[in-house]
Amino acid sequence: MDGVQLLTITVLAVFVGFEVVSKVSSILHTPLMSGANAIHGIILVGAITVAGQATDGWVLAVALLAVVLATANLVGGFVVTDRMLEMFRGRKAAGPDAGKDGTR
Amino acid sequence: MMLASPVLAPTWTALLYLVAAVCFILALKGLSSPKHARRGNLIGAFGAFVALVTVFLSSRLQNLPWIFGAMVVGAAIAAPVARRVKMTQMPQLVAMFNGVGGGAAGLVALLELPHAENAWLRVAIVFTLLVGAISFAGSGVTFAKLQELMTTRPVMFAGLPVLMGVVLVVAVGTAALVVATGSVGLAVVVLAVGLVAGVLLVLPVGGADVPIVISLLNAFTGLAVAASGLVLGNVLLVVAGTLVGASGTILTRLMAAAMGRSVSGIMFGAFKGGSTAGSTVASERPVRSSNPEDVAVLLGYAQRVIIVPGYGLAVAQGQHTAAELAQALESRGVDVEFAIHPVAGRMPGHMNVLLAEANVPYESLKEMSEVNGDFKQADVALVVGANDVVNPAAKTTPGSPIYGMPILEAGDARQVVFLKRSMRPGFAGIENELLYEPQTTLLFGDAKESLAKVLSAVKAL
Repeated sequence: MDGVQLLTITVLAVFVGFEVVSKVSSILHTPLMSGANAIHGIILVGAITVAGQATDGWVLAVALLAVVLATANLVGGFVVTDRMLEMFRGRKAAGPDAGKDGTR
Repeated sequence: MMLASPVLAPTWTALLYLVAAVCFILALKGLSSPKHARRGNLIGAFGAFVALVTVFLSSRLQNLPWIFGAMVVGAAIAAPVARRVKMTQMPQLVAMFNGVGGGAAGLVALLELPHAENAWLRVAIVFTLLVGAISFAGSGVTFAKLQELMTTRPVMFAGLPVLMGVVLVVAVGTAALVVATGSVGLAVVVLAVGLVAGVLLVLPVGGADVPIVISLLNAFTGLAVAASGLVLGNVLLVVAGTLVGASGTILTRLMAAAMGRSVSGIMFGAFKGGSTAGSTVASERPVRSSNPEDVAVLLGYAQRVIIVPGYGLAVAQGQHTAAELAQALESRGVDVEFAIHPVAGRMPGHMNVLLAEANVPYESLKEMSEVNGDFKQADVALVVGANDVVNPAAKTTPGSPIYGMPILEAGDARQVVFLKRSMRPGFAGIENELLYEPQTTLLFGDAKESLAKVLSAVKAL
């Protein structure tokens, strides 16, 4: 793909990025940050590509380090975001297990 | 090379990456509304899964056992931590995950340098190196600050602005040389300079502002990923990275606006001397303190109570007790609401997460703009482990570091009860005049213990 096409896609993605989060309630700032954080863990695709083309031991070692870091970002990011959001329940669902970790 | 040809034709690869990109957009969209947030996150994870399957099927990859091994290691480290971390410690975990992503982008760019055919690609590479390294090191410092491995106050020393300037000049200089020569050795220097820059960038930021920095570094990592996508010619990385870069920038500004600060003021405020540094010394001025029974009477016979939870509540793990107290009061017919300041807790929206964990329905959590008019009709404002977010200095004292930050008007309530550990000032280190007002009562002690005592006293009424 040539440079101009990539530039076009980049510019459009900027506008989409601005648009989707412009009206988010402050309740969700933390999960949104965390979710966006998980999404850039997709650098794992890049790390895998580089590791898969490595022929030199050093290159492979550095690439594998990148794979470990990127996987941690991707997997950890989605898991922690899910844990946070799991807790957002409406009035209906709140009930029997209320205060299960609390003092009694 | 004797390798099997890839399973997927390039067209299919491109289409599957498109699917993944759309998933990411839907994920961000979903995360913007409480109803669809969880599904949004799962759509994002699905997109990532599609992308990973695609990369393995679309190109002839060697070293597959090693790659799978590395992925297992990464997941085995991250998943248990993410699953077990206490919700109060979540901000630093997000910072950590963000940092390693930036680090990965920097390493990928470094390895692609020998393959870069033209100067433009090398520009994208040095950009990724620098920004990735800044994000990695900066996130490390934010982690240390939030985990209280180091002081949460702004770190300033006399030569810092000069040092910062020197680092910037060195960074730009070596980056230019890398673009011109393609030297891998110099690229490692760029990476190292980026690490130093990341540390220097975050050191002068005060504790209360650190979450904004996490969000900013998150946007940085997004941009680094987008640039590495340009280098690899991978459209998905370009789209995903740009999305995160753009949405992260907006989010950073929204968060800063919620604190009444500007992003540049947060990053460079300490340089101008108008820092968030304040006193940590306990004041000796007289206050009215009370006991749990009196507070219980005050609450139990009120018609309307607004609870203002702050970070102290979270640290004491008192959110469950607070939720129980709210239930006990409601069963007595008291109207109870939680007033949530946008930056209550340590991260914007953090308090909502903590209270949601304690099963407080989100309908009871009122945002600042919604609840501020209600304080005038409230009989009691119960401030638990919060300080700066109700500090009138934000409105009345132009010189104060928090001046201009929107606050919860707890002082408008007929009675104000503070549950506080001590008279030490809050996170921003500023004296709170509200503590000395005639309608204010203080109950000293650990937030959770105090709440538990008040709770049992309310039940005994």
